[in-house]
Amino acid sequence: MATADIHVDEGLQHHDDHEHDHHDQNFWTKYVFSEDHKTIAKQFLITGIFWALLGGLMSVLFRLQLGFPDMSLEWLRPILGGWLTDAGKLDTEFYLALVTMHGTIMVFFVLTAGLSGTFSNFLIPLQVGARDMASGFMNMLSYWFFFASSAVMFTSLFLSTGPASGGWVIYPPLSALPQAMSGSGLGMTLWLVSMALFIISTLLGGINYVTTVINLRTKGMSFSKLPLTIWAFFLTAVIGLLSFPVLFAAALLLIFDRSFGTSFYLSDIYIGGEALPNSGGSPVLFQHLFWFLGHPEVYIVLLPALGITSEIISTNSRKPIFGYRAMIGSLLGIAILSFIVWAHHMFVTGMNPFLGSIFMLLTLIIAVPSAVKVFNYLTTLWRGNLVFTPAMLFSIGLVSFFISGGLTGIHLGNAAIDIQLHDTYFVVAHFHIVMGSASFFGMLAGIYHWFPKMFGRMMDRRLGYLHFWLTFIGVYMVFFPMHYIGMAGFPRRYYSFTNFDAFNSFADLNALISVAAIITLAAQFIFLFNFFYCIFRGRKASANPWKSNTLEWTTPRNPGHGNWPGEIPTVYRWPYDYSKPGAEEDFIPQHIPYSETPESNLPHENDLVRIETQDGDAIRVSDQGTEE
Amino acid sequence: MVNDIHIVEEPKKTLSMHPKKFALWLFMVSIVMLFAAWTSAYIVKKASGDWQLIEIPQVLWVSSLVIMLSSVSMHWSKISAKKDSIPQLKMGLIITLLLGLVFLALQWQAWGQLVDQQAHFVGKPSSSFIYILTGMHGLHLISGLIFVGIILAAAWQYKIHSRSMVRIEMCTTYWHFLGGLWLYLFIFLLLNH
Ligand code: HEM
Ligand SMILES: [Cu+2]
Repeated sequence: MATADIHVDEGLQHHDDHEHDHHDQNFWTKYVFSEDHKTIAKQFLITGIFWALLGGLMSVLFRLQLGFPDMSLEWLRPILGGWLTDAGKLDTEFYLALVTMHGTIMVFFVLTAGLSGTFSNFLIPLQVGARDMASGFMNMLSYWFFFASSAVMFTSLFLSTGPASGGWVIYPPLSALPQAMSGSGLGMTLWLVSMALFIISTLLGGINYVTTVINLRTKGMSFSKLPLTIWAFFLTAVIGLLSFPVLFAAALLLIFDRSFGTSFYLSDIYIGGEALPNSGGSPVLFQHLFWFLGHPEVYIVLLPALGITSEIISTNSRKPIFGYRAMIGSLLGIAILSFIVWAHHMFVTGMNPFLGSIFMLLTLIIAVPSAVKVFNYLTTLWRGNLVFTPAMLFSIGLVSFFISGGLTGIHLGNAAIDIQLHDTYFVVAHFHIVMGSASFFGMLAGIYHWFPKMFGRMMDRRLGYLHFWLTFIGVYMVFFPMHYIGMAGFPRRYYSFTNFDAFNSFADLNALISVAAIITLAAQFIFLFNFFYCIFRGRKASANPWKSNTLEWTTPRNPGHGNWPGEIPTVYRWPYDYSKPGAEEDFIPQHIPYSETPESNLPHENDLVRIETQDGDAIRVSDQGTEE
Repeated sequence: MVNDIHIVEEPKKTLSMHPKKFALWLFMVSIVMLFAAWTSAYIVKKASGDWQLIEIPQVLWVSSLVIMLSSVSMHWSKISAKKDSIPQLKMGLIITLLLGLVFLALQWQAWGQLVDQQAHFVGKPSSSFIYILTGMHGLHLISGLIFVGIILAAAWQYKIHSRSMVRIEMCTTYWHFLGGLWLYLFIFLLLNH
């Protein structure tokens, strides 16, 4: 490669701190307490997969109750034990616990830690051209805090009083008063402990991601040459740094209310006819604080998936991403706007209606950058040389979900419509499509796409296609009908709808949804088999299997600690030079200088190539230009 | 191509700052968000009525003065480190440490004065909030004291000097930040109690 003898400025090599002591690693430092970002990424991924499976199984359990209310679950007694009533049905409070845990696990443990933790860790150093994260030690801590948080949450599943049951949004007073329901006792306490650990993990990770992106970019990697994945991970981390402390603040006040008798969120509460001593607090205060995190959180979940798809769609359309700058602009716009729309979750909780209309306006504005992104995905796909890898299919699936879920978001954003739809299955349909499924698809796309870099082997294509089609159709079968159930007014988080005559006509639809959910979950085992089998037995991957432009594909097949055996490559061009007119191949990686591609340079790019006659840190085209 | 013609395509160096210092700034940003959350919750709660007027303890004026002085001594020790005058460096750090402890003692006294006027932690949010703000700031100040302690130990081993300034610079930044945070909270309470 011609870049091999480019003089790299010493000031950019920040990695010297952790270069020395990694030669004789033992099992513990290599696989367990590793400071290598690639290993940490895999740890996050495996833990995330574990949680996804558990969260998915929970959802099937409560879908059984909703779809087949008369069914006996006696055969599950060995697992569920006392959580089944004598009649062999789910205990009502356990139903709420399942819903709560499903939401918490999916939003935080799978789609926040599992998604950002995996791909920010794996891709940021590889794509910006760094040896590792800014602080490998903090990065390791970040994983182990997540692990501790997971352990606490997992333990809470086995309490005799059950885990937290007040919904993933843990609104007080339900969550604040241990006497409110059995899950509000020790289960809720463990939930709070676990989330506190989780927030610390997220902050440690986020500080690292932001620091690395800003300070450890390789030479030439200006912000206008950053892959969109990195832009997305970067902004996600910034949103996290600004919003998770607010959740921490809210949770701390809740802890004081629960355990020390303060009244931040409590006032005028009567239990069994007797007044509690608390006065002066307000539960709406909690909702403000919670949704100030909660809404940005949904974008923390989505943005990494959007970044991953941008990269995959451009690569597999063999076309530059349409509107690179507009993509960055809309990411920025979404990031900023996500902080000023939180109250659209509170239209009907007693907020001042005038404030409601302001938040309605702001909410509808966020549809604009979202639409820009959709438009750019579609125009990138338009007339591209589409290569339908499994990753590409999942990315296209994401775009589909982003459209269909975004449209319902616009409906919900209108306060007048939301009064009817709030807390119904319509909301459930909205966010499972736009957040749940879209982000899941982004994550799966990322796994299929970067698996060769992670494990040096390829996943099986055909199983990937099967997995995609079953999941894609399954998701729509599960969530599309929920819109109708929601419009009919069926409230979310209700144990049973058969008690209401109005909803009896939806029994068939509910059964259909449940069957589809079971099939969709079953399809994930195809993926799991493919994933674990191919880690060990997959076909060996070539260095750049997707003919992609970004820097990670310039590393060896199994990059060691430090990522590049020699110098870190320098970056000369943006990451989307696909099918450039005149070029020999349909892709030109970022580290290829313009001087090597005179046939495809545009006039302004030629200006970058200065011809000089003196020696120095020059690239000798004559000597090495043809080597590759 | 002739051998003495070289093509030079020199990509720009990327902007960058010391990663550890940068990480410290990000850490401080998240602390700012923590207190922003509490103070805005305070304002929202106050605006919704049922608010009790509480006298801000006089001793907080003294503690504010103390923490400003400690910022001065911290700065002095940083300057001394830059000039390689190790005794002054140590002296400055010790004074900072002591002033920090005095500050905490004064905050404790302020809690006593609150209790004297029947404003308890467990009660209406109007009084609980004051404990939260001062208490949480106090916790962060303890983390700052630990940091100063570590720097002092390092100074004792001659590890802090003009060519090894990063740690004391970070410590100074953090300490000033904690002082500034307190002044913000104090003025906030004076204006909004
Ligand atoms: C066009 C853009 C969007 C608009 C206008 C919008 C609007 C809304 C509104 C008004 C609600 C509250 C409904 C209610 O509870 O009554 C809501 C709920 C929700 N939205 Fe969206 N949304 C949009 C996009 C998104 C995206 C991109 C995500 C995630 C990536 C998302 C995730 C959620 C979640 C998780 C909830 C429900 C939270 C809960 O109550 O448990 N939304 N959305
Ligand atoms: Cu929202």
